[in-house]
Amino acid sequence: MVRVYRPYSNWFYLPTALIYGVLFLVPTFASLYFSLTRWSLFESKFIGFDNFKLFFQEPALVKGFTNTLIYAVVTSGSKVVLGLLLAVLLTSQIVARGYLRSVVFFPVLVSTIGIGLTFTVLMNPERGLINGALSVIGIDGPGWLTDPKWALLSVAAVDVWKGVGLATLIYIAGIVSIPREYVEAARVDGAGSWETFRRIVLPLSRPATVTVIILSLIGGLRSFDLIWAMTRGGPGFTSDVIASVIYKQYQAGFYGLSTAGNVVLFVVVTAVVLPLSWFLNRREVEL
Amino acid sequence: MTFRPGMRGAAVLAAGSLALTACSAGSLGSSDDSGGGPGSNTVTITYLIGNQDQDIKTANQLVKDFTAKNPTITVKTETRPAGSEGDNIVKTRLATGDMPDVFNYNTGSLFQAIAPQKNLVPLSDQPYLKDLDENFTKTVTADGQVYGVPGGGFMGGGVLYSIPVYTKLGLKPPTTWAEFMANNAKIKAAGGVAPVIQTYGETWTSQLFVLGDFHNVAAAEPDFADRYTKNQAKYATSPAALKGFEHTQAVHDAGYENKDFASAKLPDGLRMLAQGKGAHYPNLSGVVANMVSTHPEAAKNVGLFALPGDDASKNGLTVWTPGANYIPKTTTGDKLEAAKKFLAFFASPEGCASLSKAAAPTGPYAVKGCTLPDDVPQAIKDMQPYLDKEGGSSLALEFLSPVKGPSLEQITVEVGSGIRKAKDGAARYDEDVKKQAQQLGLAGW
Repeated sequence: MVRVYRPYSNWFYLPTALIYGVLFLVPTFASLYFSLTRWSLFESKFIGFDNFKLFFQEPALVKGFTNTLIYAVVTSGSKVVLGLLLAVLLTSQIVARGYLRSVVFFPVLVSTIGIGLTFTVLMNPERGLINGALSVIGIDGPGWLTDPKWALLSVAAVDVWKGVGLATLIYIAGIVSIPREYVEAARVDGAGSWETFRRIVLPLSRPATVTVIILSLIGGLRSFDLIWAMTRGGPGFTSDVIASVIYKQYQAGFYGLSTAGNVVLFVVVTAVVLPLSWFLNRREVEL
Repeated sequence: MTFRPGMRGAAVLAAGSLALTACSAGSLGSSDDSGGGPGSNTVTITYLIGNQDQDIKTANQLVKDFTAKNPTITVKTETRPAGSEGDNIVKTRLATGDMPDVFNYNTGSLFQAIAPQKNLVPLSDQPYLKDLDENFTKTVTADGQVYGVPGGGFMGGGVLYSIPVYTKLGLKPPTTWAEFMANNAKIKAAGGVAPVIQTYGETWTSQLFVLGDFHNVAAAEPDFADRYTKNQAKYATSPAALKGFEHTQAVHDAGYENKDFASAKLPDGLRMLAQGKGAHYPNLSGVVANMVSTHPEAAKNVGLFALPGDDASKNGLTVWTPGANYIPKTTTGDKLEAAKKFLAFFASPEGCASLSKAAAPTGPYAVKGCTLPDDVPQAIKDMQPYLDKEGGSSLALEFLSPVKGPSLEQITVEVGSGIRKAKDGAARYDEDVKKQAQQLGLAGW
């Protein structure tokens, strides 16, 4: 008999296995089952794939899908660009650098709901500070959260403001770890600031870029709290995302349907992020 | 093996006790509120209510008056959020057997959705049942059993209007939609006052043109509710039912809404109406008490008329039945007896008197022998002629049919903001109710 070396006896794993099973395995499989039922919490009836059919017929969902993609791409893209620019600024020799770094990071630490409620007040079309300030310089600001054209992008802008600190932090770490010799060698060869940034900082902070893109894209795809606090998917359904559509089904008592929605969300996030992560990481190895 | 057996035991024990503490955290709170145990004289019951100001005031007054009469019973109150979040909490607590001894919840379609036969204690054997208004008991009945006792007065869904604006411009309350729009045109031409107040910052307030129009629908198509339940009548295809959506759109298209309609909330709307900055506010008479407590002058300055339809002779008020108090099946023994006494108090004239003391009434009570005090606000007085007239009022659709979709408020916001056309909105609402009907397992869906 071959004895595999095991540092712990099987008994040692039991408590963890129990916790893992009860809190993770059972709910996962239960949710797969309940997504196939019409479930009122009091009783459930097996209905096959009807929930999924219904979910994809839900008119709010088509809107929710496009909105989710727009939201994820806009927030993720802005965080990459702004995060990189801020990181370059905050790694240069400027006064009060430590203080400025913490100021950029501060919004990350504040509660999302708090930020959402604050910006709802600031963005009020009639009494809000933002339109008040705009009217001083003669601009008639739109209803940031009440105009269907602006609602989603306004929320995305707040999301970027809140999340860019984390992206900046990751970029700072990436830029700081670039050996100074490269920059000095480039300087000797006559490269200016732009050339240094373009040829050295940008390519060598690629791992940071990959991390920022993946983290913010996952965050954007499953974003819910900020949107719920600011617009509740409104006006009407114009700023609904997948997660808020699911939550509304749950609120309405369609428990089977909303469970099916969560299964769909899981598949979508996996389908977007897995290939992307594989693609970005592969390029990194080749580099 | 490198580990000593003793160590292993300790580790398992540590992990085990961790799991144990995790378990007991979930059951906290249910063990310490049982009040007096067997042998002691007092019983403590818990009463779950909505967290709106009026709900809390009303509940506190009732508990005070009830316990003054029944010193051996103590009633503790607990609050829950209103709206769909509250629906969710009620369903979850019932499903997990965690419901307080008595709880307040909606009647009609929402009552049907909490599986009363399975979850609630039937009250059909209670002596006070004959004193309850039949319009009310119908909305808390499932399979021939009555489950609830009214927790307030009837409400009317109509148009609250500013009497000073009407007197100044020499207008009179309209009985047809055309007259209503003509009044709006005059108010707009006079300037300074928004003809129709809308407050889409609080989405539920957007539904009144549709829900409050049901008397007119029923007048035109008397069997609508029945056929609607059977999946034979639709909002989009019934000309009478579609009117509600068209009216919502018409008010927006004509530019009659207040400028900040998209972001204003209920208190903003009530303030505008009370101060005469808006002329009409389609809403439930349930908001009047709230308005009068912040703006006392509104008791005289604000009146109510039913939503006007096409035919002046059939004009009438759509009526909402009060929310009810229920006992879940999980309440047993002494607590059940105490809970039943508490409900009996609600169903007595003393209970109504207590309600009137707590807040301005929302409309007539559903208990026989209960009278409204003399100083009710004008808007509530204005409901009485409709109720006294034969065929002058109908129950809202949600009390005649269990079918009610969850997204109506978002749809009416879209229609009333010009994002979606009336016909399209109605069709979308028809899709929305389908899910609810299927969830309830109704025949024909």
